[in-house]
Amino acid sequence: MPIFGLALKSLLNRRLTACLMVLSISLSVMLLLGVERLRTQARAGFANTISGTDLVVGARTGATALLLHAVFRIGYATNNVSWTTYQDIARYPRVRWTIPLSLGDSFRGFTVLGTSGDYFRHYRYARDRALEFAAGTAFDDVYDAVLGVDVAREFNLRLHDSLVVAHGAVDAESSRHTDKPFRVVGILSKTGTPVDRTVHVSLAGLEAIHVDWQSGVRAPGAGVSADEARRQNLTPRSITAFLVGLDSRNAVFHVQRFINDYRKEPLLAVLPGVVLQELWDAIGVGEKALLGVSALVALVGLCGMVTALLTGLNERRREMAVLRSVGARPRHVLALIVGEAIALGAGGLAVGVALLYLGLFIAQSFIQTHLGLFIEIGAPSVYEWLLLALVLLASFVAGLWPAILAYRYSLIDGMTVHV
Amino acid sequence: MTPAVIEIRELEFGWSADRPLLRIDRLEIAATERIFVHGPSGSGKSTLLSLLAGVVLPQRGSVRVLGTEIPQLRGAARDTFRADHFGIIFQMFNLVPYLSVVENVTLPCRFSSRRRDQAQARGGAEREARRLLEHLDLSAEAGSSRAVTRLSVGQQQRVAAARALIGRPEIVLADEPTSALDADRREAFLQLLFRECESEGATLLFVSHDRSLEGLFDRSLALDDVTWQPVTAET
Repeated sequence: MPIFGLALKSLLNRRLTACLMVLSISLSVMLLLGVERLRTQARAGFANTISGTDLVVGARTGATALLLHAVFRIGYATNNVSWTTYQDIARYPRVRWTIPLSLGDSFRGFTVLGTSGDYFRHYRYARDRALEFAAGTAFDDVYDAVLGVDVAREFNLRLHDSLVVAHGAVDAESSRHTDKPFRVVGILSKTGTPVDRTVHVSLAGLEAIHVDWQSGVRAPGAGVSADEARRQNLTPRSITAFLVGLDSRNAVFHVQRFINDYRKEPLLAVLPGVVLQELWDAIGVGEKALLGVSALVALVGLCGMVTALLTGLNERRREMAVLRSVGARPRHVLALIVGEAIALGAGGLAVGVALLYLGLFIAQSFIQTHLGLFIEIGAPSVYEWLLLALVLLASFVAGLWPAILAYRYSLIDGMTVHV
Repeated sequence: MTPAVIEIRELEFGWSADRPLLRIDRLEIAATERIFVHGPSGSGKSTLLSLLAGVVLPQRGSVRVLGTEIPQLRGAARDTFRADHFGIIFQMFNLVPYLSVVENVTLPCRFSSRRRDQAQARGGAEREARRLLEHLDLSAEAGSSRAVTRLSVGQQQRVAAARALIGRPEIVLADEPTSALDADRREAFLQLLFRECESEGATLLFVSHDRSLEGLFDRSLALDDVTWQPVTAET
């Protein structure tokens, strides 16, 4: 095709305009792919947070609120589940394992979770992945703590370091349990879930630091030392929620009904997968709107290109006449303009994808620390290739308009040079 | 007499059907003839060239070029025919701004395989372009990477002449190519053009309203009024 070389040279001659057009297309491509990538990664991260758990159980509240609190550590529980109820359900037939969860304390903005050793044995995330220790072991002593990887990294904590947790979500000086520090005995490997941002202690440990506290404040004059606390009964009276694993998925509705109809206490049992899906559907509206907006931005980029091509067209009528005089057919003129549009579109795609990957490399750790979202940097997905192809197709279609105009000009003008 | 390269019979053309602009009963141009076409503005000088090149079609009559009836060719075939057999020089702005001097000259070889082959037979399109540019006193410009828009008007017209001649087309159509040049440069340009047309064996149709050049041509055609008939030949 003799014409494509001409199209490239013509663009090269108008470097500045061409660069600006490529830039505007590439920025919109970057936005489009970036939003798409955040969207799918967020969704995957969301769905990967919990796996293998059949039921999440807590005091009766909204299903979403329970899941957000128990799994994502977002929000507050209004009521607790009594220890005897928990014991009762843990012993119910078909229940294979349970993981008690006790929330409410924090360590410099990170959640402190009281649980049992079963947490490290049975908790699963992503596709049935178990928690692994990067260093150390699970807690054993009352004052042992196991850190999620982000907590350890943020405060540069190592094994045998000590840390002081605070009462409630706000880590204020007055609310710290300074008299009963914890010792780091284990650090978990990266999971990409809220586990990374959690400090895990035993239920007994959580109980111990609160023996001399009453309704949220330290009881005046009732100081109990760390060692004295060990000797007290450290069985909790209640927990916030618990996870249930069954010996068969078939039993899930039966057990769920049993828990929801539990007479001694109003409880709620939810299937995490179902609630996650509902939750995502609710968020999905915003997420789709975001994708829509970035598609519009891509459209704006292409409109800019069409505008630039159309503006240049009139002063190029002379060039078209010259090309016609040396034997170019009207369809060559058409191909010249469309070729320019496709070259600009393809250039925009290439630069946009390059910018996206550059941006991802730079922003990866920032997004992870600030949004808790792990962005995997991989090759474009089939859907992303499809989006790219769509942009290229759109630039072809967008180029058709000025090209058809040029084609008509060249038919009308023939070899008459308009000055 | 050598066989006619161009033969026109009972041709009628007008942009609207009721007002013919051009009417030619009979016109024959022999190979290697140098014809001067003159007439006032609007007398159809450029239109005659467009008719010959097959860019516009007559309402009536026959236009035979090299034995081919132009109006009977389909659009694409006319484009090919034009690229193969015509070299065309415009009044001004002949060059494609984003191509180099040599690329401008070799442009017809991109669209016409016949002219590409002819240039190839002489050592390649690029070499042929340099040879023609050299003959037209543009050897320095041929090698330079300077933008063609920076060339003087006279130089641009000579580049256009080289482009019209590359690949040895049989007919060169020149539409007032000297009107932007000053008087002494006009004649120098013409002499160069004549020399090259002669050595390439091309027939030259030269349109101008500047009668002072008329004497340099083999014969001249006057397109004075629309009822111009029959063709008068002067020497």
